[in-house]
Amino acid sequence: MSVPGGDRPVDAAVVGAGLMGASVALFLARAGMRVALIDRGGICRSASGVNAGTLTLHMTRAALIPYAMRGFEMWADASAWLGHDLGVTRTDGLCCAFTKDEAALLEERTRVRAAAGAPMELVSPARARAIEPGLGEGVRLATFCPIDGFASAYLTGLAYRQALVAAGVQVLEHRPVDGAEPAGTGFRMRGQGFDIRAARVVLAGGVWLEPMLRWFGIDLPVKVLVNQLAVTERLAPVLRTVLTVASGLLSLKQFSNGTVLVGGGWQGRGDRGHATGTLLPENLLGNLRLAAFALPALRDGRLVRAWLGLEAETADAMPAIGPVPGTPGAYVIGSVHSGYTSGPYMGRLLADLILGRTPERPLFPIDRLLAAARGPATEVAAQ
Amino acid sequence: MTDLDLIVIGAGPAGASAALEAHRLGLRCLLVDEAPSAGGQVWRAPPRGFVRRKADVDARAGDRLRAALAASGVRVAFEHPVWLITDGFRIEAVGPAGPVTWRTPAIVAATGASERVVPFPGWTEPGVIGLAGATILLKAQQVLAGERALVAGCGPLLPAVAAGVLKAGGAIEAIVDLASRRDWLAVLPAMLTRPDLLGRGLGWLAQLCRAGVTVHYRHALRRIVRTEGGLRATIALVDDSGAFVSGAGSREFEVDWVAVGHGLVPGTDITRLLGAEHRYEHDRGGWIAIRDEFGRTSVKGLLVAGDGGGIRGAAAAVEEGRLAGLAVAYDQGRLDDAAFARAARPIRRRMRRAAHFGAASARLMALRPGQVGTIPQETLVCRCEDVTRAEVERAIAAGADELNQLKAWTRCGMGPCQGRMCGETAAALVAAVSGSRAAAGFWTGRAPLRPVPLDVLLGDYAYADMPLPRAAPL
Repeated sequence: MSVPGGDRPVDAAVVGAGLMGASVALFLARAGMRVALIDRGGICRSASGVNAGTLTLHMTRAALIPYAMRGFEMWADASAWLGHDLGVTRTDGLCCAFTKDEAALLEERTRVRAAAGAPMELVSPARARAIEPGLGEGVRLATFCPIDGFASAYLTGLAYRQALVAAGVQVLEHRPVDGAEPAGTGFRMRGQGFDIRAARVVLAGGVWLEPMLRWFGIDLPVKVLVNQLAVTERLAPVLRTVLTVASGLLSLKQFSNGTVLVGGGWQGRGDRGHATGTLLPENLLGNLRLAAFALPALRDGRLVRAWLGLEAETADAMPAIGPVPGTPGAYVIGSVHSGYTSGPYMGRLLADLILGRTPERPLFPIDRLLAAARGPATEVAAQ
Repeated sequence: MTDLDLIVIGAGPAGASAALEAHRLGLRCLLVDEAPSAGGQVWRAPPRGFVRRKADVDARAGDRLRAALAASGVRVAFEHPVWLITDGFRIEAVGPAGPVTWRTPAIVAATGASERVVPFPGWTEPGVIGLAGATILLKAQQVLAGERALVAGCGPLLPAVAAGVLKAGGAIEAIVDLASRRDWLAVLPAMLTRPDLLGRGLGWLAQLCRAGVTVHYRHALRRIVRTEGGLRATIALVDDSGAFVSGAGSREFEVDWVAVGHGLVPGTDITRLLGAEHRYEHDRGGWIAIRDEFGRTSVKGLLVAGDGGGIRGAAAAVEEGRLAGLAVAYDQGRLDDAAFARAARPIRRRMRRAAHFGAASARLMALRPGQVGTIPQETLVCRCEDVTRAEVERAIAAGADELNQLKAWTRCGMGPCQGRMCGETAAALVAAVSGSRAAAGFWTGRAPLRPVPLDVLLGDYAYADMPLPRAAPL
């Protein structure tokens, strides 16, 4: 096999073939750039392929609501712009509160998210049950949102890969990148079986952004969330909405094949060094109990699979999207809460910046995080 | 139970022997199985209340084992399917009285094997059952799935099942064997190392010969269709690789049921879940955990014994179990170097002899390179999720170059059987493109090891009882 890369440099090398990286690569290639998309594993096989597939606004950080809403449109409209259906089911979203405290939390969160543009309204328990007949007893208050839905995360890579190949992107899977070094006006990236020169590099490594940014001398702490997920065997129809709770600790949806997926970010044990991680039984049980409290029909089913997905989070839990400070031609994208929903849009925004266009909405440069990290140290030095 | 030195999972020949040995050496040991009693598949006990008409060799071996266990005082937990193991080790199971949690510094995984069936049109018809599945019917309830049977596939289970059917009063229309007479002759020298087992096999052949049963060597099932009276099975000639020789040797049989199996696949659910290192070994049935002669894997405290570590049969499994029990006792300081070596020597000798025989059987049951190629495009590969070969091939063409990407893009292996039925076929199809089974990989180990009824798992609780973590940021 010939060495991918060869003599001719690419315009951009994107490291990390998750939803973010794949989206950036696609839009750059569509604009005429020669692009290589490199991943140490398969396309969309980490967070982008194993997440709960929730396209909800109920779990989105308020400041990211406008981005998530644009992202949602892109998901629903994928056959038009991606050229492939992403298998989105559009349905109602319902977010529940079971205690007085949760009701207060829900009221506040609904107010803030609605102010950010989400079409949400508080509804009574009776109305909530009319929207979702399978809802368990004990709901005190709920929030309804007509914009909600889900996709099968495990199919994301299939659709994207075909679009990328059609756009002429060189997709290099199972190729860990050892590092990026300056070469002329661009970069040289090497790993087993490839040697690529690129005018630009985009780091889209999810939880691996922290080690990747060190290639350019940047020390940005990226926290690794180890989210547990579980799915039942096929059940008769028991759920029509995307069901969430005020605290964000539950997401429930039933796919057309009958399986019910349980998410909510309950933590397992793991780190970025270990691909699969370890389930924490008490957290799995807690997550499933909360799920069966919200949707009692779950008790009739069997748990068929549970797994973990790694999610990246910056110190302020806001995205890292923009140029890599001090290294012209290097960019970073990741650590986006509800990133699965907004991913295609975030990718387009960064691609616009790289292409010299003005992004439709502001990006999230990491200078703020680096300054905050430096802050206390500078104070100590001043003393 | 927090006072355990060892938990053995699987109470077949390997697991029960490991538990007996460890217990004898003073370890506090718990033997766990999802079945109601010990014996595994090969030495399976009849259900409660059933009485056997006549006990065969396996039945007597099983009875001896169950008696030995009862006399030993080894703690047992039957009807407890284990569904999760986390490192350390913490083991979650569900039993008749609800969920249980055990902790142990050592595990002997002795979970045996599952059956490989290479799909063909009609393989999912009611009345078509696995060859190993048929042995369960014969050993447990001693029932037949119908009057007239066709027995097809490969390996020593063919004459075993056919003779068992005759003994139970059924009729065998024919035996359809992938292997040639020469393939059988080639393994004969190895089988001579265990004259007792070989003699038993020859006994089956003599019974079949007396009953006038024809063996169609070098033939395979081409298709099965349901008719008004039962099943119509078509067989045809195959070559060395298991691929059909176009149109040759075609024959039809009208039968009530078909037992078909293409060998055994080691059960690696536990070692994959715990992240042990594996390697692909074709002649031992597929992917197996890498282990030393005592069964120790790359994960500290995790040992494997029996067919789950590579197909070698019941006789070898007994010795592997003993060695594993001995090794755990040694690793936990219950005997010194000299005593360990002294105790291990005769067991290792017996194990090697039995393994020699087992390896010969395993060779007859190994997947042949042309078998998977015979599957028509429209035939189901994954029966849980209704995934055809054509769909698998399309995903591979779209870039699924390893097994887990294939699983994601087709749902092949995502159903309640958790990939046990389709895994071998799917992997062979991927390997045809990625170059080798090693490159095609194996299913990532996932919990639950068996589907768990949520009602049992969750139990009764109030909302206030749930320890809710901190809310996600707004």
